[in-house]
Amino acid sequence: MMNSRFFVPLSCVIIFSALVGIGFIIPQWAMFLATMALAKGLVALGIVILMRAGLVSFGQGLYFCIGAYVSGLMANWTGITDIILLSILGILVSVILATVCAKLLSGYRGIFFAMLTLSLSMILYGALSKMSMIGGTDGLNVSAPTFLGFAPEGRALGFSLYFYTCLVSVIAGGFIRVYFNSERGLTALAIRDNELRVEYLGSSVKSAISAGYIMAAAVGGLGGVIAGLAIGHVDPEYAYWTTSGEFVFVAILSGFFSITAVFASSIVLEIVRSFSNLYFPNTWQLVLGVFLLIVILLLPNGLGSLFNKLRRRGDSE
Amino acid sequence: MDLLAVILVDGLIYGAWLFIVSVGLTLTFGVLNILNMAHGGLYAIGAYTTATAVGIYFANGGDAFPLGSYAVMVFAALLVAVVLGPLLERGLLRHFYDRDHVVIVLVTYGIFLILEDVMKLIWGVTPLFVSEPYSLLGNVEMGPLFYVTYDFLVIGVAIVAGLIVWYVLNRTRQGKVVLAVIHDREMSRTMGVNVNKVFMVSFMAGVFLAALGGALTAPMISVSPGISVNVIILAFAVVIIGGLGSIEGAAIGALFVGIARAASVHMLPAAELFIIYLVMAAVLVFRPEGLFPKTEARKI
Amino acid sequence: MSTPEPPGGNPDDIVLQAKNLNKAFGAVTAAKDVNVAVPRGAVWSLIGSNGAGKTTFVNMVTGYLRPDSGTILFNDKNITGMEPRKITRLGISRSFQIPQLCAELTALDNMLVSLGSANEQASFFRSAHSADSVASATEMLERFRIVDYRHRTMAELPAGVRKLLDIAMAITGDPQVLLLDEPTSGVAAEEKYPLMDLVMEALEGANVTVMFVEHDMDIVARYSQRVLAFYDGQIIANDTPDHVMQDESVRRFVTGGAAATAGGASC
Ligand SMILES: Nc1ncnc2c1ncn2[C@@H]1O[C@H](COP(=O)(O)OP(=O)(O)O)[C@@H](O)[C@H]1O
Ligand SMILES: [Mg+2]
Repeated sequence: MMNSRFFVPLSCVIIFSALVGIGFIIPQWAMFLATMALAKGLVALGIVILMRAGLVSFGQGLYFCIGAYVSGLMANWTGITDIILLSILGILVSVILATVCAKLLSGYRGIFFAMLTLSLSMILYGALSKMSMIGGTDGLNVSAPTFLGFAPEGRALGFSLYFYTCLVSVIAGGFIRVYFNSERGLTALAIRDNELRVEYLGSSVKSAISAGYIMAAAVGGLGGVIAGLAIGHVDPEYAYWTTSGEFVFVAILSGFFSITAVFASSIVLEIVRSFSNLYFPNTWQLVLGVFLLIVILLLPNGLGSLFNKLRRRGDSE
Repeated sequence: MDLLAVILVDGLIYGAWLFIVSVGLTLTFGVLNILNMAHGGLYAIGAYTTATAVGIYFANGGDAFPLGSYAVMVFAALLVAVVLGPLLERGLLRHFYDRDHVVIVLVTYGIFLILEDVMKLIWGVTPLFVSEPYSLLGNVEMGPLFYVTYDFLVIGVAIVAGLIVWYVLNRTRQGKVVLAVIHDREMSRTMGVNVNKVFMVSFMAGVFLAALGGALTAPMISVSPGISVNVIILAFAVVIIGGLGSIEGAAIGALFVGIARAASVHMLPAAELFIIYLVMAAVLVFRPEGLFPKTEARKI
Repeated sequence: MSTPEPPGGNPDDIVLQAKNLNKAFGAVTAAKDVNVAVPRGAVWSLIGSNGAGKTTFVNMVTGYLRPDSGTILFNDKNITGMEPRKITRLGISRSFQIPQLCAELTALDNMLVSLGSANEQASFFRSAHSADSVASATEMLERFRIVDYRHRTMAELPAGVRKLLDIAMAITGDPQVLLLDEPTSGVAAEEKYPLMDLVMEALEGANVTVMFVEHDMDIVARYSQRVLAFYDGQIIANDTPDHVMQDESVRRFVTGGAAATAGGASC
């Protein structure tokens, strides 16, 4: 299906061009919505990486929060506002922390993994809430980003951010697609099915899970940096478990077959959220819950399976 | 009274409360193998129903016999169990038993989300207060400190609830059937056990315990949206610490967390918000499947 | 590559040695004073009724279980209690009584997983379905005559095919020692010989030491040079098939009486 080595880069270019094209026509609020959806999609993508190895992290808010705080604190403390530098720093901090956490987490499965990831993120939430020097529960404001020296304002700022987000999302998505198709990517699927066999084939399940977790942290941190900059504010809620719950929601909605589906699901969720906020402000969670049940019932493998079916139909193979 | 004693008493009270709000969760997991995220929602509905029912009770001459409000609380919890238990188990969960473990957790997460808003639709968003049952029993003086007697009632209820669950499971015929189902679902089915019925009744018992937790808590707090969110995570932590499906584990886990929290409140207030997660992480580091893990069948 | 070996392996070149292995599960003794020295290139079989401790032996050698006491040496290196992954890497592979496959993957993907794992430098970038990998995986499936099933997932495979795939996956790492746990169980009677033939064919020339658990005495006699008879965790006989079948205690505890019903030794 994807045996051509050009398939991934080519799809990336097409999707990126389409996204940027859309950016020229949609209104500013929609652009903000899309930016947020892509940023959160990046975090959810991390969960999808882990889902392929049979694990669900209920604590990706940890890295989302760290990314966002990095962008806020860096501007305050060092004056760094360049979005690329901030992204790199956010990813770096996340990856370092994840490398440490992975040592602990890679020995856990199922609900224990989920709850431990959740605890880690809640510990950060608790700690940040009590740290009044960096805003406590109020959090802090994040200055607007600059782009390699270019400091846009107003609509230009929104568009630059959107452009940047599309770019990094597509790049990250492309890399992760390559990983999914790779030998290690296949091993992850095998672990989900039969961990014992994988060990008996001589592969380390723990190191595969650690690798997945670290990748997930990297995209999580990146998503956090962007979200912090887009909203212009960050608070401990980023690490609260309900935030992580939404990422899990997106991952479940998309399934683990298609990366495009992850971002699509994230966009769907943001749209549903905006509309419910507008029309049924008190029943947003109700809508979400019903939606989740319907997806689980009708699309057991997520939206991605739908994408795959369509694609297979289009394929000649 | 020295600090240690204060911590112990506070820890015991808090631990007892934790046990009540989590024992239903571990029971449901033990029997049905479902980690019920809607547990927190059921707890909140128990609290709301109690707030309404006790309110009605006192509005209709309950003052003449205020202790009757305790019966009303239990009745409210029962009502929640009888209505929602079969509805959720028969109506929804049943369809997912053959699906992946994680899927069922997500189904209950969906139920949790739905219940959140259903509560807002029924009871609105303004907080409800029913403090009468809380102050009814007066205070107890312990050294220089006063404790509300109701807090000790909570300890009593925790002990009684724990004992009843233990007794029913281990000393009655029906309990033995449930244990058989826990041990081997398929085998029990072939032996003629009505597994569906065991599931429904056990789930109802779990809902009742969740709602009872809410009912007991309602007089101590302002009943408002959001109370479920905290409880679900607390209950999860307790149950994970204890070992999924273990009643004794839940009791010890609750005590652990209760005392750890009391200690942190008195000695390290900054850690109060996350002490439970620290305890959970610490326990899991040393006991990867909690204090009383389920024994696994051999694989190869 | 393979120096000509005397049948039964070179007695001076011991590849695998177990010394005084003991293992108990509560009151059950699954291994008691197990002592074995297997020459390189030998093909041995393990017999014994259900619960005799055959799988436990395989599990201890491959690191799934740590013996309560005793030592396991592989090429004179102590491997007692090592993780299965490391033991596999050293050169001991196994198959399973109940095939351990990746249920949601196709037969080809299962094969690709083993090929990817056999290669220590499994890549995050190189496609798992590169033409090369697919070719070698397909070739492996062809060797076991199951290539027609390559696009099926495990639920759609007949028991015999699953068994073969399980064994094929164990062989991909080019092991020095191969432990097969009941390779022919669950396989139709008339397919047992072809299955064993395929396995032996696939191993030809590689000087692999094989130990297989088997209930069918005809297969034992035909394919193995030596038999270990297990009873109650102990090895009660360790000899050529002919001798073992004559052995008084083996007849009593393994091939006759109870074992006939348990393992189908008479069919
Ligand atoms: N992981 C285990 N836990 C408990 N008992 C076990 C385990 N593995 C094996 N046993 C017990 O050890 C004995 C030997 O089992 P096994 O080695 O599987 O026998 P065989 O393969 O010869 O049929 C049996 O009584 C079995 O029940
Ligand atoms: Mg066996």
